[in-house]
Amino acid sequence: MDYFLTEEQQMIVETARGITEEKIIPQRAELDEKNEFPTSILQDMAKADLFSIIVPEEFGGLGGGCLEIVLALEELARGCVGVATSFAASTLGIFPVLIAGSEELKERYLPDIAAGTKWAAFGLTESNAGSDASGIQTTAVLDGDEWVLNGTKQWITNGGEAKIYSIVALTDPSKGARGASIFVVEDGDPGFSYGKKENKMGIRSSATRELIMKDCRIPKNRLVGRRGTGFITVMKTLDVSRPGIAALGVGLGQAALDEAVPYAKQRVQFSRPIISFQAVLHILADMAIQIEAARAIVYAAARHIDSNPKNMSKASSMCKVFATDMAMKVTVDAVQVLGGYGYMKEYPVEKMMRDAKILQIYEGTNQIQRNVIGQELNKEYA
Amino acid sequence: MDILVCIKQVPDTKDIRLDPETNTLAREGVESIMNPFDRHALEEAVSLKEEHGGTVTALSMGPPQAETVLREALACGADNGVLISDRAFAGADTWATSYTLARAVETLGGFDLILCGKQAIDGDTAQVGPGLACRLDLPYVTCVQKTREVTADSIQVERMMDDGYDILRLPLPALLTVVKDINEPRVPSLKGKMKAKKAKIEALTAADIGAEKQFIGLAGSPTQVVNVFSPPPRGNRTMFSGTIEEQVSQLVEQLQPYL
Ligand SMILES: Cc1cc2nc3c(=O)[nH]c(=O)nc-3n(C[C@H](O)[C@H](O)[C@H](O)COP(=O)(O)OP(=O)(O)OC[C@H]3O[C@@H](n4cnc5c(N)ncnc54)[C@H](O)[C@@H]3O)c2cc1C
Ligand SMILES: Cc1cc2nc3c(=O)[nH]c(=O)nc-3n(C[C@H](O)[C@H](O)[C@H](O)COP(=O)(O)OP(=O)(O)OC[C@H]3O[C@@H](n4cnc5c(N)ncnc54)[C@H](O)[C@@H]3O)c2cc1C
Repeated sequence: MDYFLTEEQQMIVETARGITEEKIIPQRAELDEKNEFPTSILQDMAKADLFSIIVPEEFGGLGGGCLEIVLALEELARGCVGVATSFAASTLGIFPVLIAGSEELKERYLPDIAAGTKWAAFGLTESNAGSDASGIQTTAVLDGDEWVLNGTKQWITNGGEAKIYSIVALTDPSKGARGASIFVVEDGDPGFSYGKKENKMGIRSSATRELIMKDCRIPKNRLVGRRGTGFITVMKTLDVSRPGIAALGVGLGQAALDEAVPYAKQRVQFSRPIISFQAVLHILADMAIQIEAARAIVYAAARHIDSNPKNMSKASSMCKVFATDMAMKVTVDAVQVLGGYGYMKEYPVEKMMRDAKILQIYEGTNQIQRNVIGQELNKEYA
Repeated sequence: MDILVCIKQVPDTKDIRLDPETNTLAREGVESIMNPFDRHALEEAVSLKEEHGGTVTALSMGPPQAETVLREALACGADNGVLISDRAFAGADTWATSYTLARAVETLGGFDLILCGKQAIDGDTAQVGPGLACRLDLPYVTCVQKTREVTADSIQVERMMDDGYDILRLPLPALLTVVKDINEPRVPSLKGKMKAKKAKIEALTAADIGAEKQFIGLAGSPTQVVNVFSPPPRGNRTMFSGTIEEQVSQLVEQLQPYL
């Protein structure tokens, strides 16, 4: 379907597609097998200016918005959700600075982000604070001209690979959700180190790691926005980034369909290509319907967000739930269409099915998204 | 270092067909792309520029639509694109092509290094690079798999051989043709594409480059294509292994029935 993209948006699609076809697809199986971070592919993306998409022009970027990043992520996910997640997490990590950072912080970080020479990460989750982010225990205390951070973040994408970390910490523990703030911690800051690296079911080329802050001292000006506004910025960040996760679902679903249809056309059983069995053809038709519907809601949500509306949470949550539940279903169906071959590592749909699961979990589980949508409905029908 | 890259627009051989009637390439509906070897030549030029400074100029002889590959070259980091296009160039063989490119190089002037692909995937002769070097009286090396030390007046390269590689040093200016092993071409960048979209591609005619009529196009092409056909599939092949003595006795054994 024609989504009436601008010429510039089409260039983003083409460029990301070039990275997927020439750089990601040839390497994805090996990166997955070896649990290896895709450093050189991210460097290729940097050279192709993909990291500059969301950075404002005055800092060397292209000044794109949510739809532009969505288009790039959809194409990258057609190649590998692990690689695409590493790219998405860097975008997520810099959003707090873009949304609430001082000019000084923007000048310090955004040019390197745009050039793709430094990658970012977002540190919210802790062992006792997942869906309930207000349970975080990391603290930040002002000591003269420095903040001193203590605590451990868990499952942070790009941990150890990024140079710039947005860390959520409590500055006034007694104030609960109003007592959190965001800080930029840099690779190499005193007292900042990396812990356990996870061994995962899917998106194995992405790095998921612990961040450890032990009397980690950073300059006072690394506070992002005003003290105590941490969770507000977190919510705004997730609102604009979630359609990106939804886009990963769309790209992944499309990739699964792109494998399943040609396979069904050439696989012969009972002397006919299996696509001639209506039961198989209907699976493929349902996949195509779901993918297109997901794409439509994701682009619509992204355009809504780019129009800078008062409330974007509901649109953001709806597209995330729909597109990632779709990706899970469609990848399972693709394995089914390929039968036993689909279950083997020789065919890419096996990895696609493993990769799909995370999309329903991170950046807020799909249950939490439904809670958000439900709360909005409650307000709307008050 | 000012580098010139020769780029040919070719049909995408992923879906190449011969017209069974005329035995010529069926070009309708076939996408045109930058000759794959030339993408590697361009990448090498751009990375040499990034390392040593200077400029990269992309040059193509072809019909007006060959402008597309020059814009692609700009998006990949070339600074200028020059199209030499004239009805009179039509039907050029490698002899006429190298003459025409040489006239263009002399008109533009001042390059330290000229890079070509090893061969074009449609014509496949691998003659234009060496032909161009000879016409310009430049030293050249074909099948370069790596560029090494570059100084103000020389370049050291590795030439791919069947049994390894040669290390050679050439005085500059020089011409190299490159193989695909030399690098991994980058994907055209977003900012490059935006710049390329707006850029002006210089277009030169036969008169602009002082090319003489009798040396260009069909008139200047001694090559006569007598017949073009799809080769029949090869028969079965047997590879022998072991020492030379063992291989020879295996060969003799195989030939025995026919003797
Ligand atoms: C590979 C990977 C990468 C990640 N990357 C990052 C990162 O870069 N940065 C970061 O900060 N975090 C990251 N995370 C953390 C991720 O965001 C959390 O895992 C997620 O928010 C869920 O938290 P949890 O895993 O603790 O699950 P829990 O919160 O313990 O939830 C367990 C189950 O209970 C359900 N549940 C919980 N509360 C409710 C409720 N109120 N209503 C209904 N159902 C509920 C959940 O939906 C889920 O099914 C990553 C996680 C993984 C696995
Ligand atoms: C099937 C077939 C049909 C042909 N038909 C005819 C015909 O009908 N009449 C006729 O006269 N000739 C014909 N030719 C010859 C044809 O025109 C040559 O292909 C052409 O002159 C260039 O040579 P090449 O493609 O072999 O390039 P190669 O010598 O293989 O190319 C090497 C490098 O030279 C450079 N280069 C080559 N061409 C250009 C260019 N135009 N602009 C810029 N750089 C370039 C590129 O860097 C390229 O990588 C035919 C050849 C074949 C195989």
